[in-house]
Amino acid sequence: MSQITNKDVVPGEVEQTQPKLHPISLYLKIWALLFVLSTMSYMVDYFEVQGLLRWTLILLFMSLKAGLIITIFMHVRWERLALKLVLFLPPLAIVVFISLMAIEGDYTFVNRLFSFISV
Amino acid sequence: MSTDDKQEKAAAPIATDDWQGAVSDWGSDKQVFNMPWGKLMMWLFLLSDTFVFSVFLIGYMNVRMSSMDSWPLTSEVFALTIAGHHIPLVLIAIMTFILITSSGTMAMAVNFAYRGDRRKTVLFMTATALLGASFVGMQAFEWTKLIVEEGVRPWGNPMGSAQFGATFFMITGFHGLHVTAGVIFLLVIARRVARGHYEGKGYHIVEITGLYWHFVDLVWVFIFALFYLW
Repeated sequence: MSQITNKDVVPGEVEQTQPKLHPISLYLKIWALLFVLSTMSYMVDYFEVQGLLRWTLILLFMSLKAGLIITIFMHVRWERLALKLVLFLPPLAIVVFISLMAIEGDYTFVNRLFSFISV
Repeated sequence: MSTDDKQEKAAAPIATDDWQGAVSDWGSDKQVFNMPWGKLMMWLFLLSDTFVFSVFLIGYMNVRMSSMDSWPLTSEVFALTIAGHHIPLVLIAIMTFILITSSGTMAMAVNFAYRGDRRKTVLFMTATALLGASFVGMQAFEWTKLIVEEGVRPWGNPMGSAQFGATFFMITGFHGLHVTAGVIFLLVIARRVARGHYEGKGYHIVEITGLYWHFVDLVWVFIFALFYLW
């Protein structure tokens, strides 16, 4: 992970507070890529892909798009590890929260089944 | 620590960006994050906003999982008939492309700002704001259609699970407010850039505005996947 940080930096732009200038073509490429990924996720719905494959594809395209926006558009790729840790460690609590609420939602559903549907 | 020591620290080469570098960033007698304070504050705000949107989406997941009624089919609810063709989810797809395009123009505005090209910076920031405004306009159209024609309310709807309306209005409404605030933010900053307000101060403000705007796009990626496509 640590090797990639300064690979694309234009020579001479070493000071951390100074922004690194990337060619405009980089943003156009990422933009095109985001367009393709959005089209693909729309196609998942258009061709009515169902079940596990649908959920996997939706999450895959979502993660790829989010990754591109964060790393390139928001320049996180060129930030120092100190900031990346601040940005990505706290959201781990969200992952725990998602799991807890999924278990809770399932529990509520099962209890509603038992309570509201008479056998 | 004496002044000499401080100068020595400042002159020292920047630590490598690995775990040791992170430890040295946090441990040395200097500011931890080598960036303008406004940028750091924007990052911290976005981190807190991440939690807000996560909580909304988690609430949506919870009520959808525990709902006894069937969830309305989003691709049908948000379908439009254009020129005689019934296209599922088409408005949402257009809104997604518009927001992605606005993120692209914003990234270029940041780039031009750091290159010192004020005219192009203002041009691309204004384009971003216009795309954002058209997004909000389409959202207003979508809400009107849902409320007036489909009869969706926060407490119920004719298509299925009552929680659909509550989560829909809450999540897209909060996102729409973010887009609206972003459009105003962009226009204010673009005007100040045009007037030369940041000459000599540096153009970090454009990057900070950009961070906010890309975050709004980022949140939409999750809403699009988890609410509209799921």
